[in-house]
Amino acid sequence: MDETAYITLKDVRKAFGPKKVLNGINLTVPKGRSLVVIGGSGTGKSVMIKTILGIVRPDSGSIAIGGEEVTRLKGKDRDQFLQRFGMLFQGAALFDSLPVWENVAFGLIQGRNMGRKQARDIAMEKLRQVGLGPEVGELHPAELSGGMQKRVGLARAIAADPEIIFFDEPTTGLDPIMADVINNLIVDSVKRLGATTISITHDMASARKIADRIAMIHKGEIIWQGTARAVDTSGNPYVDQFIHGRAEGPIQMEILKA
Amino acid sequence: MNFLANLGRVVLALLTEIGSIVLFIKDALVQGLTPTIYGRQIFDQILKVGYNSLPVVGLTAFFTGGALALQIYLGGSRFNAESLVSTIVALGITRELGPVLAGLMVAGRVGASIAAELGTMRVTEQIDALTTLATNPFKYLVGPRILAGVITLPILVGIADIIGIMGGYIVGTRSLGFNSYAYIKSTSDFLQVDDVVSGLIKAAVFGFIITLMGCYHGFHSKGGAQGVGRATTNAVVSSAILILAANFVLTSLLFSE
Repeated sequence: MDETAYITLKDVRKAFGPKKVLNGINLTVPKGRSLVVIGGSGTGKSVMIKTILGIVRPDSGSIAIGGEEVTRLKGKDRDQFLQRFGMLFQGAALFDSLPVWENVAFGLIQGRNMGRKQARDIAMEKLRQVGLGPEVGELHPAELSGGMQKRVGLARAIAADPEIIFFDEPTTGLDPIMADVINNLIVDSVKRLGATTISITHDMASARKIADRIAMIHKGEIIWQGTARAVDTSGNPYVDQFIHGRAEGPIQMEILKA
Repeated sequence: MNFLANLGRVVLALLTEIGSIVLFIKDALVQGLTPTIYGRQIFDQILKVGYNSLPVVGLTAFFTGGALALQIYLGGSRFNAESLVSTIVALGITRELGPVLAGLMVAGRVGASIAAELGTMRVTEQIDALTTLATNPFKYLVGPRILAGVITLPILVGIADIIGIMGGYIVGTRSLGFNSYAYIKSTSDFLQVDDVVSGLIKAAVFGFIITLMGCYHGFHSKGGAQGVGRATTNAVVSSAILILAANFVLTSLLFSE
């Protein structure tokens, strides 16, 4: 790929006590592209995304976005940096004290000091884009099904028209049809915004649908990356084991060792 | 050897905890109590911490004032000191029992609910979500709660003082046979401004302790429902102990002359 890198991670390391979670991550994503990171549970996928956002501070290494080093940002600079992001969380992570529309409008009202009325109109429009009517806007998150919560989470992630969007297991816990609906919505909204995205998932159907490029993470390292099509002919035994979902292979689950 | 290793582990864990609390206090003050100010959040929290605690604090104060009057009357009668009832009730409530009991009741009510709420927000990634929406969780969640605690606890204790003294008055005049006028007069003659103010200063400190512990344990909870339960317990137990310890320190500082 000769496209210039927009998001660049260089030798990013993070340990929690004695446990090394990220073991020197090297990764690049060109602008406007969609990278899907696959890998088993507990391989450091979520931590990797959180280091880019600055929720988790890496022990060493460099993270650059558009050529700007972001690991040391603080205070106002950091708030401004975060305004360029949107994120869809695994469990949607909606604020259960607020009605749906306020969840979607949250980043506009609190982060950008937009007036409530204008923010509400934008929220309703974003909800419409993910296939939810205005009546849903008045409900509370607890009154919604899992699939609807995910869609509200997606509406919240795209509400402020971010340049960069992260999706943390967007389809986990959904039935296959709803999972595909979410995948389509992701593809649509990313195309509409022209955003650069990183998704983490272990759902191969979802990965194939939303990825331009795929990278596989194992034990805190990127062990393979390539185009979405190349994943089937990678020749990498780890990747093959993962995409075919076999228990036997080079990746041994913790349970077998114990 | 095993004993030493265990001892070392406990000491290290304790020091880690203290260090992380100190860092949390730093973040809470530096980030939480500086602009941007979320007025609506502060208002909500003042209602939750203060206004909604009124019934429980009021009842506690009322019954404590009444029981105190009875005890002093019965105890004092052994050396003909029954007449001191009104004074001792007033001093006891304003200096000690008002702030301490209100503090403990609010720790149970508010400290627990803060820890449970923030703990749930932590384990469901809502706190991370705040960050990704360019909202600093210390400013949005921690600052307003601590501010509400420091503002409302003195008000609550002021009200508790009045109700507690009234409890003593009702028991004194209705069942112990004190003259109403004489009871009120001796209360107002002996009660000084310092007595009340010292209690209110204590209350502000307790308000800080309760909300800080609630926020700290909520923020650091992990591991689902069980973790949130543990955070809630820790918040209540640690703020209760800190309230009693701080009460001793404050009493010796405020009344040292």
